[in-house]
Amino acid sequence: MDRLGALGQAISSPPINLNHPGHYLHWGVIQVSVANFVVVIAMIVVFVAAVLLPFPKGRRSR
Amino acid sequence: MSSHSAEPAVTTGWTGRLRELWLRKLPPEKMLPDTQPAYVASWIYVFGVLTLSALLIVLISGGMLALKGPSWWHFSATGHFVNSLHLWSVELFMFFMVIHLWGKFFMAAWRGRRAMTWITGAVAFLGSVGTAFTGYLVQQNFDSQWISTQAKDGLNASGIGAFFNVLDFGQMLMWHIVLLPLIVGVLTIWHILLVRSRGVTPPIPLRERRPEPVHAGAAKATDARNDPNGSAEALS
Repeated sequence: MDRLGALGQAISSPPINLNHPGHYLHWGVIQVSVANFVVVIAMIVVFVAAVLLPFPKGRRSR
Repeated sequence: MSSHSAEPAVTTGWTGRLRELWLRKLPPEKMLPDTQPAYVASWIYVFGVLTLSALLIVLISGGMLALKGPSWWHFSATGHFVNSLHLWSVELFMFFMVIHLWGKFFMAAWRGRRAMTWITGAVAFLGSVGTAFTGYLVQQNFDSQWISTQAKDGLNASGIGAFFNVLDFGQMLMWHIVLLPLIVGVLTIWHILLVRSRGVTPPIPLRERRPEPVHAGAAKATDARNDPNGSAEALS
């Protein structure tokens, strides 16, 4: 049971330690948290992928 | 005398006129189409419906939180799960909506009498930002206290404090679960009905088609002028 509990805790715990104040990036007057920066980069990557990747052939469209 | 006449029935009253207007603007084949134009087969056209799907999860999980109450979402395992589901579906909602916005912006999606579709989407986006902000204010933790005390001076300086006081928990909760969802919900339904009515925005054509030349000799001369390498034959 203890082993199962430890396994559940390992699965549900975040992959990085979040128990600390957030990290921030600074470029002059621009300041952004690392978490928000990662999300912005992920959005740009997904946007570019959505434009470039071919769409699977499905139902016939008009 | 038979009631089945060949003449069209005359509609009377506001209900009949409303029905005629609805059917003229949104006939059933436009309201619930079973095919889409070929250009819709692109990943960038998927993000509108992804945004809508995430919004449904937000509304369902938010409704469950409202029904069960704070002691449930703070102190029970299921409550924690639904609370997290509400947060992460909002994260995905904003993520998908921003990509949808970028896609439509670079597509100039207001073309073809779609200005109101663009405007309702943009205002719904602003309303969603306000709804997410008030959500952070009603977390009942140090994070919400920090955000509200950081935001109060800026908002009060704008003069909105009488109607939108970020330090008033009850008012922020009502904005979050009643007023702003109502605004976002109405705008979303309006936006979708406009998309159905006007159709999905086609992509911008690569370039304007040049007028057809009068005869072959003129075409060859035109191509030679436009071709920097002078290889007009290779293009034909």
